[in-house]
Amino acid sequence: MNTLLTLAASASTAGAGDLALGITEGGHWLLRNVWLIPLLPALSFIGILFFGKRLPRGGSELGIAAVGIAFVLALLTGVAWMDHRDNFHGEEVHAEMVVVDDGYGAHGDDHGTGHGAAHDDAHGHPSLAVHRTATWFQTNGVEFTVGTLADGLAVMMLLVVTLVSLLVHVYSTDYVHGDRRYTHFFAFLSLFSASMLLLVVSENTLQLLCAWELVGVCSFALIGHWWEEKPNSDAALKAFLTNRVGDMGLLVGITVLFFAAGSALPGRFGSFSIAETNALANSGALSHTALVVAATCLMAAVMSKSGQFFLHTWLPDAMAGPTPVSALIHAATMVVAGVFMIARMYGVFFEGFQIGGSSINLMAFIGGLTTIVGACLAFVQRDIKKVLAYSTISQLGYMVMALGVGAWTAAMFHLFTHAFFKACLFLGSGSVSHAVHSFDMKSDMGGLRKDMPHTYRTFMIGTIALAGLPPLAGFWSKDEILVGTGGWGLMGGTGGNGAYTLMLGMGMLTAALTAAYMTRCVYLTFFGEFRGHGQPHESGPRITVPLWILAGLAVVAGFLNLPKGFQMAPGSLQERFGHFVEPVAGYFPTISHGTPSWSLAIVSTLVVIGGIAAAGWYYFVKVEAASKAAGTSLTELPDGPTTKYPLARMGHTLLANRYYLDHLYNGVVADGTKGPLARLAYRINQDVIDRTVDMAGETAVKAGTVVYDKIDQLVVDGVVNASGRGSSGAGEELRKINSGKVQSYAAILFAAATVLAGILIVLV
Amino acid sequence: MENLLDGWGITLATFSPLVGAAVMMLIPREREDQHKLIALVTSLWVAFVGVLLLIQFDLDHTDRLQFGVDKVWIDVISSRFSVGIDGMSLPLILLTMLIVPLCIIYSWNHFPDPVNPKAFLILILILETGMIGTFVAQDLVLFFVFFEVVLLPMFFMIAVWGGEDRRYASLKFFLYTLFGSALMLVSFLALFFLTGAETFSIAGLSEAVAAGGVSRTAQLWIFGGMFLGFGIKVPMFPFHTWLPDAHTQAPTVGSVILAAVLLKLGTYGFIRIAIPILPDAAVTWAPWIGLLAVVGIIYGALGCLAQTDVKRLIAFSSVAHMGFVMLGIATLTDFGINAAIMGMVAHGLITGMLFFLAGSMKERYHTLEISRLGGLLVQAPRMGWIFGFCVMASLGLPGLAGFWGEFPAILSAYNPGNGVPVETFRTFMVIAALGTVLAAGYLLWLLQRTAFGSPTEEFADDPNITDTTKHEWISWAPLLALILAIGIYPNLIFRVTDGAVDASLTPCLTVEAGEHAEAMDCDDVYRLDHGDHGEEHGEEHAVAGN
Repeated sequence: MNTLLTLAASASTAGAGDLALGITEGGHWLLRNVWLIPLLPALSFIGILFFGKRLPRGGSELGIAAVGIAFVLALLTGVAWMDHRDNFHGEEVHAEMVVVDDGYGAHGDDHGTGHGAAHDDAHGHPSLAVHRTATWFQTNGVEFTVGTLADGLAVMMLLVVTLVSLLVHVYSTDYVHGDRRYTHFFAFLSLFSASMLLLVVSENTLQLLCAWELVGVCSFALIGHWWEEKPNSDAALKAFLTNRVGDMGLLVGITVLFFAAGSALPGRFGSFSIAETNALANSGALSHTALVVAATCLMAAVMSKSGQFFLHTWLPDAMAGPTPVSALIHAATMVVAGVFMIARMYGVFFEGFQIGGSSINLMAFIGGLTTIVGACLAFVQRDIKKVLAYSTISQLGYMVMALGVGAWTAAMFHLFTHAFFKACLFLGSGSVSHAVHSFDMKSDMGGLRKDMPHTYRTFMIGTIALAGLPPLAGFWSKDEILVGTGGWGLMGGTGGNGAYTLMLGMGMLTAALTAAYMTRCVYLTFFGEFRGHGQPHESGPRITVPLWILAGLAVVAGFLNLPKGFQMAPGSLQERFGHFVEPVAGYFPTISHGTPSWSLAIVSTLVVIGGIAAAGWYYFVKVEAASKAAGTSLTELPDGPTTKYPLARMGHTLLANRYYLDHLYNGVVADGTKGPLARLAYRINQDVIDRTVDMAGETAVKAGTVVYDKIDQLVVDGVVNASGRGSSGAGEELRKINSGKVQSYAAILFAAATVLAGILIVLV
Repeated sequence: MENLLDGWGITLATFSPLVGAAVMMLIPREREDQHKLIALVTSLWVAFVGVLLLIQFDLDHTDRLQFGVDKVWIDVISSRFSVGIDGMSLPLILLTMLIVPLCIIYSWNHFPDPVNPKAFLILILILETGMIGTFVAQDLVLFFVFFEVVLLPMFFMIAVWGGEDRRYASLKFFLYTLFGSALMLVSFLALFFLTGAETFSIAGLSEAVAAGGVSRTAQLWIFGGMFLGFGIKVPMFPFHTWLPDAHTQAPTVGSVILAAVLLKLGTYGFIRIAIPILPDAAVTWAPWIGLLAVVGIIYGALGCLAQTDVKRLIAFSSVAHMGFVMLGIATLTDFGINAAIMGMVAHGLITGMLFFLAGSMKERYHTLEISRLGGLLVQAPRMGWIFGFCVMASLGLPGLAGFWGEFPAILSAYNPGNGVPVETFRTFMVIAALGTVLAAGYLLWLLQRTAFGSPTEEFADDPNITDTTKHEWISWAPLLALILAIGIYPNLIFRVTDGAVDASLTPCLTVEAGEHAEAMDCDDVYRLDHGDHGEEHGEEHAVAGN
């Protein structure tokens, strides 16, 4: 404790600076009270828990009402934010900070004073986040706060979460109708919504951590919703434990940042505040080592939560949960918590990984690798939800990669659009499985476009949006990420934060792969002839209406952030998303924005078309022809590349075994810990430590016997006599109790204690 | 009322259970209902006094000993009946006062074999006196006496009402902890003689040591003795082997009290006695305490993974959890010790609950063999959910009490107190963080194997397996509510402990200021003022002198 105080105190004499945080206490009532939005589903959770079973619709009405109102509030808050963003001119909050005189100081001055100016040409005047806190607890004489930080990012997330959650609620009333734990399902959907909403408005890292774990628990409970079957509870456990591994990083990272911030703030023990930590990181007041360690640790948490290679293995298994859960938690919202956390703590990551002016860093590399790894795996899945799960991993990799190259707005925009089209796809797959009672594309689907027109059309819209064909949502956000890599030097488009050419290549490759595996998925599900049993029917309106709403958003969401200088739209419609979401504030680093380029857009579109063409040729032409020849609906060529070429076969085997990562984790790490390691520890416990204790007892018996035989019998002394008898009894007592002797143990031990004390005093 | 509490509150709370026990001794054994009623009323009365004390407790001066009494007791060895409550002891006292009535309610209709409510309840009440007394004692001899008073009833409880191996387990428990006690007594006596302060008062000895009466070597030895004495009680690795046996064999209520309160006597001894009196030695010992703590965290977790019995698994998890508590203490920071007290309370509530649940499961299934269980959620859904809730709390889920013991302890290890090696503790921090993963592992595996899935064939149609009963609800609801309340608003505990912990660490800082001048550059502004114990005693004399 004192070291820190000392640091702060001694440094403060060097002169305290004023740190602009970019936050304000004022603002619209809705912005100051965003805590109401998470509160609503939290209340409905309690309501459903206690009264759900007694309500006519099993508690689902409570959940829908709460999330519905939360959505309306989020919309109003969004409107309030748009006004606040451009027109608020209130007081800004500053923090006292230590000006460190070590080379970073100069750097700090640059940012500290020139911050607003650097942003002016990009997004106009600074945006001030609305910040509210209350005391949570006090320790070490320091008060810790809980509160809300409402800015464009938070408001955008509030909208996404409440909207998708509302649609999933409505969808679920049909999808899990008649389920054995219907009420319980809705209770956890509410709790999840509350936790996720709490996470996005978190004002400090500790609060973020709490919400982070809470969404994890909801995920655990919902993956394991049908826990009677072992694979489901296994999947739930795997999800929780893998996330726990990443959370280790979160715990350590938050701790490092807490003390790093404390040492830069005069008279402060530490700080969990997100705004302060980021602002300090931007100003260069935090030691670079601390930032590197913290950013790396936090990255571990991102890898587990957002399914980044090599901690992604839980996400496909998580598809064991009900499909609405997969759509809401494991595609649209919870899994983007890691991406959101990077965006929230961007000052730390930007400085820690030195994103500006570089060409590679850990975050960008992991993201880029994940996009490819995930996309490849999506090719070999039979289960339609697993295709979408690996696709989610791949797209999350896209977002992380975007953040890693400094394309913050592009990443957030991709998060935004992805939420809609991926939720649409997942709910579509649920609708399909509802009809065919299976998720297996190869054995139970095919030809469904005729039977399920709504599902088919919305799924196609989602697919095109995901593949990234203009003008659907995915195209715009993907294109911005590719621009943001700054790796496209051709014909004018450039100017990102660095020259991340490798990431551009990875992104391009993934674009082609995505288009190809989605073509395969669409073919297997909706084309060819039906391979399942019975007669599939289109789902009811409570399923199709949410699908159409999401499909509609998948079409139009991309227009919210038309690129700057896009000739086909008026200037007032360009970069609206970026303008309102990207902070221009002390807690956000100064980042450069890439210049959009027609040539890049055209090339990436051609790449996508190439991917579709290749897969289309294989499935729609070759497989279709082979099917006709065979007279049955085939799912692959009987003499395809994997049968012809050993290399292709090896690749397929590698993918089919998911790079053997699960073997490593389950077989080696988990079983190794549970089995040999735990048994070894327990063996040591029983055979070494405990045996020592028992032997000490037995030795005492023997010693006592010796004492009794040799001394007690010879020296007639009342005291020695009593004590000797006492300890001679000790050993037998280990097996045969005689509680009457307890007093004599007490007596001898007291006596021994006194003697020992005497010896100690004499000796020292 | 106020004055009465000031002078008599603690005495009343401490000895009321003994009065109840004495009354029960006069009533014949057959009148079981009367025994139950007297025991319950007594424990509720104690809890009521506790609530009154809480209401009267001055939360703005948690660093001061309140409701203090200081009377002549054994004059010949200068030992006084000196008691008081401050912010460090208050949460633990209230925990004790809460757990005891809940245990009595829980055992209302199912006393363990051989059924003898009279003896069983009398032992519980004696235990309560011992536990409360230990937490209020401000005199080492008094502390020691209460500390030992706890030992016997628990010994009998295990030896008489325990499982098959009860004889071995109870004797091991008794001898092992008595061995620790002996070393503790050696240390106390050595302190008494070496300081020459002619007092056993904690505050007095603390001042005497600070004044420089004891050589550094002697301080180290004395601390070592206390370390062993308290460490066995905690229990710290590698002195923990009595715990799994005692827990496994003890009757349900015995396990609950053992986990909820008895283990805290050891950790409480560290923060109340060992560190304030011998701050300098504490700094030297800190890395070793920290080392054993993190070894305990990992080792306890691995031990859990190897278990095949529910109760034994929960017992081993105590070793891991108390490791977090000891890590917090070893940092010798305000932050860490606050975390430790929070950890003690949280562990008391959560592990107490888990033992209750294990007991109820045993009652239904007549076995706790994990491989034979399964599908608890199917057969007893409410109990299954409560079990899930407690498992989540135990693995340190934020929003529930367990988290506030774990995370702040990890946090504090990043920046330990003065003179404590920083790099070492940062390594400990990472290892402890690894412990949270293992904790999730063994607890969730336990949950999966017992609660999820379908019931095994053996118990599929067993009519004995019913959902939570009324008595269980009454005795569990307060614990569950507190786990949640503290989890959401940890200030319930931190607010109380903070001031007192800060004051108790002040000698630590002062000593360090002299000894490690180069590391200390402490501005006086930041040295927080601490309550003057001596002054308090003066006032208490006036009250007590009637």
